[in-house]
Amino acid sequence: MIKLVNVEKSFNGQVVLNRLNLDVPHGKITAVIGPSGEGKSVLLKHMIGLLTPDRGEVIVDGENIAGMGRDRLNRVREKFGMLFQNAALFDSMTVFENVAFPLEEKTRFSAAEIADRVHEALEHVGLTGVDNKYPDELSGGMKKRVGLARALLLGPKIILFDEPTTGLDPIICRATHQLIKDTHVRFGFTSVVVSHEIPEIFDVSDQVAMLYRGEIIEVGSPEEIQRSNHPVVRQFITGSLEGPILPIRLV
Amino acid sequence: MLFIAEKLGSLTLSLLREMGRMVNFLFYALFLIVRSPGKPVHILKQIRFIGAKSFFVIFLTASFTGMVLGLQGYYTLAKFGSEGLLGSVVALSLIRELGPVLSALMVTGRAGSAISAEIGIMRITEQIDALETMALEPYKYLVSPKVLAAIISLPLLCSIFDVVGIYGGYLVGVKLLGVNPGAYFHEMEKSVEWKDVYSGIVKSVSFGIIIAWVCCYKGYFAGHGAEGVSRATTAAVVMTSVMVLIWDYFLTSVLL
Repeated sequence: MIKLVNVEKSFNGQVVLNRLNLDVPHGKITAVIGPSGEGKSVLLKHMIGLLTPDRGEVIVDGENIAGMGRDRLNRVREKFGMLFQNAALFDSMTVFENVAFPLEEKTRFSAAEIADRVHEALEHVGLTGVDNKYPDELSGGMKKRVGLARALLLGPKIILFDEPTTGLDPIICRATHQLIKDTHVRFGFTSVVVSHEIPEIFDVSDQVAMLYRGEIIEVGSPEEIQRSNHPVVRQFITGSLEGPILPIRLV
Repeated sequence: MLFIAEKLGSLTLSLLREMGRMVNFLFYALFLIVRSPGKPVHILKQIRFIGAKSFFVIFLTASFTGMVLGLQGYYTLAKFGSEGLLGSVVALSLIRELGPVLSALMVTGRAGSAISAEIGIMRITEQIDALETMALEPYKYLVSPKVLAAIISLPLLCSIFDVVGIYGGYLVGVKLLGVNPGAYFHEMEKSVEWKDVYSGIVKSVSFGIIIAWVCCYKGYFAGHGAEGVSRATTAAVVMTSVMVLIWDYFLTSVLL
């Protein structure tokens, strides 16, 4: 479904992705884990063409999107939905307007049809009665739910989640993971979740990839990753201060 | 020596790259206005923001500019016994130069800075990325409607500036200093030609493009965090104001 081949990316001479290879299988949830600042969000942004690799290929459904023209890239992006770390809701619009926006711009539905779909999507993520609130009146968890409702509305084949639970309390965090899982079962999309919620992410995902120093150092099922003997993976999933990941890097 | 040459070369290259990027930005925004100008409601919203909401500041600036012109013009003309020409002096100064330039500078301060800050905040909070991930063209929503709205609003604001300024000059010249009201308007009618009005309109249309272009560009490529947005906003206002004045000189030399 999505394949990254020898992807390299640097910012101001600092290498973020270094000949990175990753296969995201169709219809599965792939979690990308790794210490903060290792380029997980950068990796996600390459998958949807928000960033272009310096070298390498990003293949989505057989098409290399690296360096693709604007119009063709937009056609590929129609397969995607994305939930950003801070939800990226349009702050000058209400919740209703935020969720309705892609429908208004990309479909010819009547106002009544749009309202029905928006309410259905909001209900699905457990939000009712917040239509007229602005994003700054919502809690972090609510914003992410609105973001998810907006991402789901056009029925994407692939959904990218950029740290969907960062900054949420443990209960909301678990509820969000459950919501991702339920939604995945219901809609059957392919998804990539960037997270460092260990061990919760193992319950959500079908495949886990560990990103460290710009490379995917290990890929496998959650069980395989949890049994891994790789010192970096072991240290990361146990949260130990002793090991190859220097605490200063974690800070 | 080599170090200085290297620095100069790299500075020139980055300047050329930036200029190229800016020109591309403008042409793509103009291309989108022609290809798919977007929903009228988006454009009307921007006309309201750039045009209608600037009315008060334009009215105020125009009134006092006209009054000062009336005052200064009267005492200067009085030295040559030509107070009757006050209407011409006020009208020509306003229509040819002060109307387009001052209205552009006022709109830059009021709306341009806000445009830059708004787009900059959308950039740092990933709202622009969100538009892109929905396969929507951010320029179509954020840039083209603003450029089109500025092209429509600036000539209208400039016309209001001219009319209000002329009456400001009338108030001081005729009502306070005793210039003959007939002479004020008659001399104005004799000296102002269609070419003057036309050049004022051409100037304000081009200033509208400069304001929307530079302010949108600076916001669109704002740096990181609140500091990045603040720097983008300051750069937008300074750069737009300087470009308006430089472009005014070039246009005047061509249109005169």
